Amino acid sequence: MSVKHALLALLEKPRYGYELRAEFEQRTGASWPLNVGQVYTTLSRLERDGLVEAGGTDAEGRSLYQLTEAGRVEVKGWFDSPVERTQPQRDELAIKLAVAVAVPSVDVGKVVQQQRNATMQALQGYRRQARSGAGDDLAGGLVLDRLVFAAEAEIRWLDHCESRLRRAAATSTAPEPAEPTEPTDGGTR
Amino acid sequence: MSDPVLRLTDVSRVHGTGAAEVQALRGVSLAAYAGELVAIMGPSGSGKSSLLTIAGGLDSPTSGSVSVDGQDLGEAGISGRAKLRRTSIGYVFQDFNLIPALTAAENVSLPLELDGAGRRPARDAARVALEEVGLDGFADRFPDEMSGGQRQRIAIARAIVGERRLILADEPTGALDTETGEDILKLIRARCDAGAAGVLVTHEPRYASWADRVIYVRDGLVVDEAGETPSTVFATGVEQ
Ligand SMILES: Nc1ncnc2c1ncn2[C@@H]1O[C@H](COP(=O)(O)OP(=O)(O)O)[C@@H](O)[C@H]1O
Ligand SMILES: [Mg+2]
Repeated sequence: MSVKHALLALLEKPRYGYELRAEFEQRTGASWPLNVGQVYTTLSRLERDGLVEAGGTDAEGRSLYQLTEAGRVEVKGWFDSPVERTQPQRDELAIKLAVAVAVPSVDVGKVVQQQRNATMQALQGYRRQARSGAGDDLAGGLVLDRLVFAAEAEIRWLDHCESRLRRAAATSTAPEPAEPTEPTDGGTR
Repeated sequence: MSDPVLRLTDVSRVHGTGAAEVQALRGVSLAAYAGELVAIMGPSGSGKSSLLTIAGGLDSPTSGSVSVDGQDLGEAGISGRAKLRRTSIGYVFQDFNLIPALTAAENVSLPLELDGAGRRPARDAARVALEEVGLDGFADRFPDEMSGGQRQRIAIARAIVGERRLILADEPTGALDTETGEDILKLIRARCDAGAAGVLVTHEPRYASWADRVIYVRDGLVVDEAGETPSTVFATGVEQ
């Protein structure tokens, strides 16, 4: 993902580099920190492409950037079109499970459980952030919600994988590597 | 650590006999401590409701034991269990389970009045509980004059009225939209933060994440546990 369009959109009002970065991080609830070098590199590319231009200096003498007409069109085009979903990003978890199913020595059920626990803990972490007020402003709250929905979807998918693995194990006659074999202590604490 | 508010020890529950026999629970042990919210997750039919009704004294285990606040539910007998249900255990059902002919305040004060509290103090306690769930001003409304979210809040108020120590909630967000569901969880969480022990049955990860620990059940067995308590994270085995 490139932050190019997000930074461009935030230049609706002329800003200098540090300010732009602070604005981005504040808007997105600090979920995707940017280093200031990245911001300046992006700005100089945008300038080269004619999407932003120098907009004078502010009272403290800092150079401001502002949108050009082409930049404005670019921003509008970004908001007017959905984010592309054609090529899903390489998904390590999906690949890991697919490979786990194919490798007999791997206990797939355990891989699923371990991931589900980790994702649940991430979800609990977002919950704590929300309760400590991280999502109170609208923009930050929407970003936090996005992370919650994504983690939730992953856990649901892992539940679903577990059910499918069990069904596959139940219908196959040969012992299935997907079936966990450790004894249980049957309880907690 | 102090004694748990709820303890299930090797609880099994068999429904029916012969060919119709169903093993709803097969040796479940768990504990819930004061100040803690525990979530139970699992696919439908895995035994979650069976577990909760047994924890709440609404049903009895075929074998194993249950104690609430140090009191063994088996030894307590029918009247002892009924007493605990009126005083120590708050139960929230998915379908609210309110009495349509009673107002919000009457629904909430009913367990106290059944327990012999005077009408006045019971109604006062009900008003406090309704206020806690954000329904001040709705005391004299009837359930069918209220939205699903508001009805579930009445049910929560009824479950927490009179300082109950154990809150059991079986899919309390079932019919509610996400935001309303989150509001319900907030209320349950607040009660646990104030010192109650809570057990929440849900199949929604987002609600389970309000809990300190998440216990997974499947086919009547605890198969996994995730949570914040370092000693319990990844500590349980997997099923056979
Ligand atoms: N009163 C009952 N009589 C017979 N079978 C029951 C009864 N209650 C539950 N069961 C069976 O016990 C199993 C567990 O049910 P339940 O505890 O309701 O699961 P969950 O709440 O996880 O969906 C299911 O197979 C269900 O059909
Ligand atoms: Mg159920």
